[in-house]
Amino acid sequence: MAQKIFLYPAWIRFWHLLNALLCLLLIVTGLSMHYSNPGALVGFRVSVQVHNLSGIILSLNYLIFLVGNTITNNGVFYRFALKGMIDRLFKQFGYYTGGLFKGEKAPFPINESRKFNPLQQFTYGSIMYMAVPLVIISGFIMLYPELILPHFKGLIGVFLTDLIHITMGFFISVFLIIHVYFCTIGHTTISNFKSMINGWHEVH
Amino acid sequence: MQIHRKILKESNKLKVLILGIFLFAAIGIYAQDTIKAKVYTNREDNAKCLKCHGQHKFSMTSADQKVFTYKMPSDYVIDTAAYAVSNHWNFKCIDCHTDEYAVTPHNQTLRFQTISTCMDCHGGDAQFAKYNFEKIESEFQLSVHSSRHNAEFNCWSCHDAHTYKINARNKEQSVTKTVAYDNAICLSCHANFDKYQLIRDTVNPNVIAKHDWLPNQLNHFQKVRCIECHALYNDSTLVSHQIMPKIKAVKNCVQCHSSNSILLKTLYKYQVEESRKKQGFLNSSMLSELYVVGANKNIYMNIVSIVIVVLTLLAITVHIFFRNKK
Ligand code: HEM
Ligand code: HEM
Repeated sequence: MAQKIFLYPAWIRFWHLLNALLCLLLIVTGLSMHYSNPGALVGFRVSVQVHNLSGIILSLNYLIFLVGNTITNNGVFYRFALKGMIDRLFKQFGYYTGGLFKGEKAPFPINESRKFNPLQQFTYGSIMYMAVPLVIISGFIMLYPELILPHFKGLIGVFLTDLIHITMGFFISVFLIIHVYFCTIGHTTISNFKSMINGWHEVH
Repeated sequence: MQIHRKILKESNKLKVLILGIFLFAAIGIYAQDTIKAKVYTNREDNAKCLKCHGQHKFSMTSADQKVFTYKMPSDYVIDTAAYAVSNHWNFKCIDCHTDEYAVTPHNQTLRFQTISTCMDCHGGDAQFAKYNFEKIESEFQLSVHSSRHNAEFNCWSCHDAHTYKINARNKEQSVTKTVAYDNAICLSCHANFDKYQLIRDTVNPNVIAKHDWLPNQLNHFQKVRCIECHALYNDSTLVSHQIMPKIKAVKNCVQCHSSNSILLKTLYKYQVEESRKKQGFLNSSMLSELYVVGANKNIYMNIVSIVIVVLTLLAITVHIFFRNKK
């Protein structure tokens, strides 16, 4: 029986589940719009409606994340010192591409005071505090283009907004692939997924 | 000293050269301006009509020399500024209207005279061949405007000969302006009961409410014309005049929002023909003024993104391989 520590409070599990489902919807509908052509998997009008609604819910859900990370100490795990960061990232990366295969011990083992390893810290931090806010802001500008865009110069407004939106959307999509894969590296392949349901992390 | 003088000489040469270029350019600009400047030969004649029809009131003097001032009905007021820059800028009023109008007050029966239509001047004329007026006329005959309200509806119903100015085929004009101009033509009846009433007794349908289903309605109305969806496009005329019955209107988003966007065959036809191309963007001729989700994607960005995803999946596969080997 693996040692268990409680890492994921209910509110983060709720936020995360909703967030993951909405992101999947947003990616599918976003891609349908981007590669829109007659006979596409999801029709354009449906995509727009589902995308807009999911986008709004995701934004409200993001508030849960922000508020939660501010009033509980979960936000602390996202804060990292810049000094020596590169070294720590490389160390963790080296472990994932070498030590892991040889059955070595993780260089930054997970415990109550260190919920994320440096790579997790960096990617979770940049996705949650850069990519997601940018996708939300640019998304809302595109939702109400006639309210916001006239204040910017002509085409540059729509074009840049969309560029930011699809670039950040793309980062989130690639993150999602890597994220889900890395979650399979746990005590067992599914133990990390179980912990995101019941809150208890099985130490690797 | 020698060298010094030489440099001085050189720099004088340079000055003369620069001055010469400026002079040349100035003459060039002046010459161009004089070529472009219009010489109006209709001013004197038209002034006789515009004395009354150029303003919102007119006066008449009775037999006993009393002056009566009346309001000029707004449909009979000519916007002289717009006329002067319109395509028909140098026409005399009496080129189209009979000179019997010289007598005031005008004889009421003059109203019954038929007035020439576009085709009377523009039809079958090699000078206007590129506009394909014949095809425009046959399209118009097939359109609901013709089939539903035949006789009362003609070119003048939409095109005011006094202000008509070429739009879509104008390089200097922004597409957004063309959209506003063209949509105003439709709305002059469809959002104006006074004019609509001339050919229909029913109340005109509310354009805004009818298009409730359209997301970002205002944006669509500002960026594309009514005819994009309501007229049947074709290869031979720049602006289709064949307005379809409402059930045939385009209602499928993908017809515009796709790489094969119909906007290229309608609103952006002229730009496409003039083939303004920007590197890498699909349907770039639209890109000068709008960005259509699904129709303007950057091919290079798409390729890069697909490559990144494939590499990611590849890396994961390799990782899985090594994990299982352990
Ligand atoms: C994981 C998150 C998201 C992804 C991957 C994503 C992806 C995309 C993509 C690919 C497009 C098509 C753009 C194009 O082809 O030019 C798009 C459009 C759009 N997105 Fe997102 N998006 C995300 C989140 C959001 C959010 C949070 C909002 C709003 C709050 C939003 C609102 C919009 C809007 C308004 C459009 C324009 C089309 C429409 O009206 O639906 N998106 N998105
Ligand atoms: C199908 C989709 C997803 C699955 C299966 C999944 C799975 C998981 C699992 C198992 C964990 C816990 C392990 C760990 O802490 O590393 C986790 C944590 C996390 N995931 Fe996901 N995830 C998904 C989508 C997403 C998306 C779309 C985002 C962000 C845009 C995201 C952001 C996060 C964050 C920030 C954490 C840490 C939460 C915390 O404890 O503060 N996940 N995810």
